[in-house]
Amino acid sequence: MTTPRSRTHARTGASTHAPEREFARTVRLGARRAAYEAKLYFRQGDTIFFTFLFPVVMLGIFALAFSATGLVGKNPDGTGGITQAALYLPGMVAAGILLSGVQNLAVDIAMERSDGRLKRLGGSPLPVVSYFLGKFGQVLTTSLLQLIVLLLVARVAFGVVLPTTGEKWLTFAWVYLLGIVTSAVLGIALSRIPRSSTSATAVIIPIVLILQFISGVYLQFSMLPTWLQNIAGFFPLKWIAQGMRSVFLPENFAATEPGGAWELPAVATALVLWLVVGVIVSRLTFRWIRKDS
Amino acid sequence: MAHADPVVSVRNLQKSYGSVTALTGVTFEIQRGETFALLGPNGAGKSTTIEILEGYRDRTGGDARVLGIDPQKGGVAWKARLGIVLQSTGEIGNATVREQLSHFACYYPNPRSVEEVIAAVSLDGHESKRIRALLGGQRRRVDVALGIIGRPELLFLDEPTTGFDPEARQNFWQLIRELKREGTTILLITHYLDEAAQLGDRAAVISGGTVIAQGRIDEIGGPDALTPVVRWRDDSGTKRSERAAEPAAFVAELHARVGREPDALEIIRPSLEDIYLDLVGAHENRAQGNSARENGAHPQGVSRDPEETIRP
Repeated sequence: MTTPRSRTHARTGASTHAPEREFARTVRLGARRAAYEAKLYFRQGDTIFFTFLFPVVMLGIFALAFSATGLVGKNPDGTGGITQAALYLPGMVAAGILLSGVQNLAVDIAMERSDGRLKRLGGSPLPVVSYFLGKFGQVLTTSLLQLIVLLLVARVAFGVVLPTTGEKWLTFAWVYLLGIVTSAVLGIALSRIPRSSTSATAVIIPIVLILQFISGVYLQFSMLPTWLQNIAGFFPLKWIAQGMRSVFLPENFAATEPGGAWELPAVATALVLWLVVGVIVSRLTFRWIRKDS
Repeated sequence: MAHADPVVSVRNLQKSYGSVTALTGVTFEIQRGETFALLGPNGAGKSTTIEILEGYRDRTGGDARVLGIDPQKGGVAWKARLGIVLQSTGEIGNATVREQLSHFACYYPNPRSVEEVIAAVSLDGHESKRIRALLGGQRRRVDVALGIIGRPELLFLDEPTTGFDPEARQNFWQLIRELKREGTTILLITHYLDEAAQLGDRAAVISGGTVIAQGRIDEIGGPDALTPVVRWRDDSGTKRSERAAEPAAFVAELHARVGREPDALEIIRPSLEDIYLDLVGAHENRAQGNSARENGAHPQGVSRDPEETIRP
């Protein structure tokens, strides 16, 4: 213990912290970053609309546009059935998770990199891990608020019946957590692609938009051709949406899924795989600055 | 210069980007408490040098030590002892001045008080404004404030006063003198030679990726450089100029020789700016001379040898 510590001391020439203290500092600064980032998030008008409120607005549009369609998914005996708002709710929940993670972070970090904020942080004693803890904190806070607003609007404005069993909410919790963490990590990985702040939204939004169209957010997944469903199956959004359908749609809708069931183990597997891919890519590609360019 | 523990030590520092060579060999040392000015034309390698020392770029050759550490391997404990004011930030932050400063203060073990720093950079009255709403010069002062909030041992300033009005520049100089009094070591890149003369203890002139002269601000360029220059126009109308250690005596003798008041008589004590322009001009001429010699031409001799030139 003493040898590596004294070596660290000689190397840094500064007062060294015991590993525990460094860990505590990293977490403390991560919490400070999260509070700072969450506060600044709500000062960005464009982000509030295109990331935070977008799913709510889309839910409203779809619910109102198709309100004349009546109930869908009735039982053979004419009972049951749900409103358009209820039908679209799980897709909008999934879209919110994708936007708050992928779109928010990919654009946010690309802008920070191009306007010099990341370079400044890279020259400060902020640990990289604290920076990411801050990003995760910001994503979790804002996406939870987003979900609360979305569910409240669905319940109060459109009378959507929300699940009542603990089992459903447990599924909701793990699909949400796995989905949001995976989305955040993929957002960090994608933030490397835009070369400037002006191209950030132009590069990221189309990717996110196309995914939403093929993954059962705006268009009912069961109505898409099989080949498109298969393509969507390579990406995480399809699995988040499927998991959320299992939570918010009645059991008889499971039969309309491509596999004839909710396939929750497949949802978990796909999201964990994407999480691992995202972590590896982020770990390999994240830099405070584009060195030597 | 036999100090045991320089704050910055650079030996034969080299840097190339692909086939482009930015630094061919830069050598200097900065002692504790010193303010060292790095001067030179655009593209000479000043920013490359400072960014290597800040840990932003990796060198391709030579050696560099900052606070005893190789900047390529500096960790957070090392960064906590530095203050960095980058050349340009297009920062479009939504944080207010005070929020940004108190947030950055929490990264450092022993930060300055936020109010003190706001006052030091004359941003009183703007502390509740969002940074993106500030004018260019005010935003630049936020950069400077963020550079000093952590009470750095070593402060890097890359063209810190660009966009300042004269009053803001005076205030900034006052701030730097304050920091010097507290013992802060400062590496300053500037295009304003008066700024270097006001603040610097020593300076190095970089041109073409190498140090062409360095020394105390009042000695740079060698002993000749500060010798006053007497200029006048002789009878044939030709402009003449001569260095004279005793210009009054020279002029008296000139007056006696000409037998009347010489035309367009001037006595000039070279400023740092004159010396700098001479040095860079001579270096660029010689660089052209070298390439001309390769082509078989005969170059003119160079008027003055720089005090210290690094040759590969």
